[in-house]
Amino acid sequence: MSGGASTTTAEPGPVPPVYRTEDLAVFYGSFKAVRDVNLEIRQNEITAFIGPSGCGKSTVLRCFNRMNDLIESARVEGRLTYHGVDLYDRAVNPVEVRRRIGMVFQKPNPFPKSIYENIAYGPRLAGLARKGPEMDEIVENSLRAAALWDEVKDRLKASAFGLSGGQQQRLCIARALAVGPEVLLMDEPCSALDPIATGRIEDLMQQIKQDYTIIIVTHNMQQAARVSDHCAFFTTEVSEESDTRTGVLVEFDATQQMFSNPSDERTENYVTGRFG
Amino acid sequence: MTVPQPPTPPGLRVEDLAGNAARNRTEMVVRYALTGAAGMSVLISTAIIVVLLRDAVGFITTIRLGDLGDSIWNPRLGRFGVMSPILGTLWVTLVAVLVAGPIGLGAAVYLSEYASPRLRRIVKPVVEVLASIPSVVVGYFAIRFLAPEVVQRLFSGAPAKNLLVAGIAVGLLTIPLMTSVAEDALRAVPSSLREASYGLGAKKVTTVVRVVIPAAVSGLVAGLILSISRAIGETMVVFLAAGGVPTRPTSPLDGGTTITAAMAAVATGTDNVAGASNTFQSAFFLGLILFALTLSLNLVADRFVRRVRQKY
Repeated sequence: MSGGASTTTAEPGPVPPVYRTEDLAVFYGSFKAVRDVNLEIRQNEITAFIGPSGCGKSTVLRCFNRMNDLIESARVEGRLTYHGVDLYDRAVNPVEVRRRIGMVFQKPNPFPKSIYENIAYGPRLAGLARKGPEMDEIVENSLRAAALWDEVKDRLKASAFGLSGGQQQRLCIARALAVGPEVLLMDEPCSALDPIATGRIEDLMQQIKQDYTIIIVTHNMQQAARVSDHCAFFTTEVSEESDTRTGVLVEFDATQQMFSNPSDERTENYVTGRFG
Repeated sequence: MTVPQPPTPPGLRVEDLAGNAARNRTEMVVRYALTGAAGMSVLISTAIIVVLLRDAVGFITTIRLGDLGDSIWNPRLGRFGVMSPILGTLWVTLVAVLVAGPIGLGAAVYLSEYASPRLRRIVKPVVEVLASIPSVVVGYFAIRFLAPEVVQRLFSGAPAKNLLVAGIAVGLLTIPLMTSVAEDALRAVPSSLREASYGLGAKKVTTVVRVVIPAAVSGLVAGLILSISRAIGETMVVFLAAGGVPTRPTSPLDGGTTITAAMAAVATGTDNVAGASNTFQSAFFLGLILFALTLSLNLVADRFVRRVRQKY
């Protein structure tokens, strides 16, 4: 982390990385959506994926809990390990992966159920609790962790749709935390929120990062600069022969380094707002 | 480079802005034609209801109300036990819904949640083919196949024509409707809810049962009600396969008749009844009951559909 040496992979720290990718590439059918992704995600850090639209940052994020499996044509090349285990190994069940790795989506997507039932859904699936005081405790702790408890404790039985956008997104965070994941993947979690709600989510991320490893995709460079420890900058390259756009990882480094002294000209252009 | 200049008339008059008279006339003609078409459908509906009511009331005035409690519906013999066809309709509808509900829902879940887009493009038209089979054909299918090969094998001693056979056949006819309404309801559930569920480590079947179906429930109920309404109104299958027995059925294995089949029977046969007799008018009375049933069901379904639209 010293001397401004920016490499495409972070130097090994004392703790082994949670994720490591080696030449990861994702295809949709024959279309190569993103390639050359080499990075490491460290424990209890917030890593931000930034870059212009269509650069493949969400696509990469959705590999990290095998969410891309839901798209029939999606295919992955290269290697993605989670605590040293190849996530795309034949023996790996994506359902099991997703229990350990939570996800928060771009648009708040609470279930059309009560606030309580939204939180209880995951733990019930995982067999953590069925109902009663055990479940009550999980619901309360999750809502507290997502800084939502005080606002909703008197209306747990009310529909989640009655909450504001920012509250709904925090509910979705609480719902993800309720199954006790180690990692939280956040796919532009604030893009549908106003600045105040955004600020709350950012504060929340800082609070919970001591317990979780967080990866956030964001369009908002200021947000990446504010919240993240490491940052990956993606951009698109137009292929000469086929005239298709493919996302590439340009630079991966400590956030401070990336914003103050980027090693790649494209990163510099992006973070200084000259492009994208 | 010359740019077209707006004409600047020295003195603008109202007539200059009046537009082309012929074109305005076309506009009016089209408007009247369309209004007429819309008005026509309202007029036709009204005419049907008026005729229905007139003869139904005419029928009521010729009988004693007690006659309706008779155990037999045979208007040619002056037996007006209206409960026979009503019970027949209830049995046939119940059986039809028990057939079409689960199969239609299952097919809808398969098409919406499990089938690949390519497979859906193949399977969906096949399901819809069922809807295009004329019901008279299905009626003969019931007589030729369902009765001897299915119902009489399961229930030996059942008559060849009975309400169960008719109900199953009506159910087959109703499957496409149930499937298509249910599939629409399921596909209207935003994929973000499925993602939320998968993101929490839910399996596909859990996601379908705990998230997608509950979210689509009003649409599914609407589909069920529309199916019931369709089953109540089905005539030809029942006319052919239910047996036309005039007594009150005690079980679906009895032969029987339904409101619709009983109406058809009045106008058919070698002794076609004349227009003025109350035998003939009795069909209008049955028609009124039928109309009331299907109308109220459609209104209920409509409310459910509206609710599902507001959901997301």
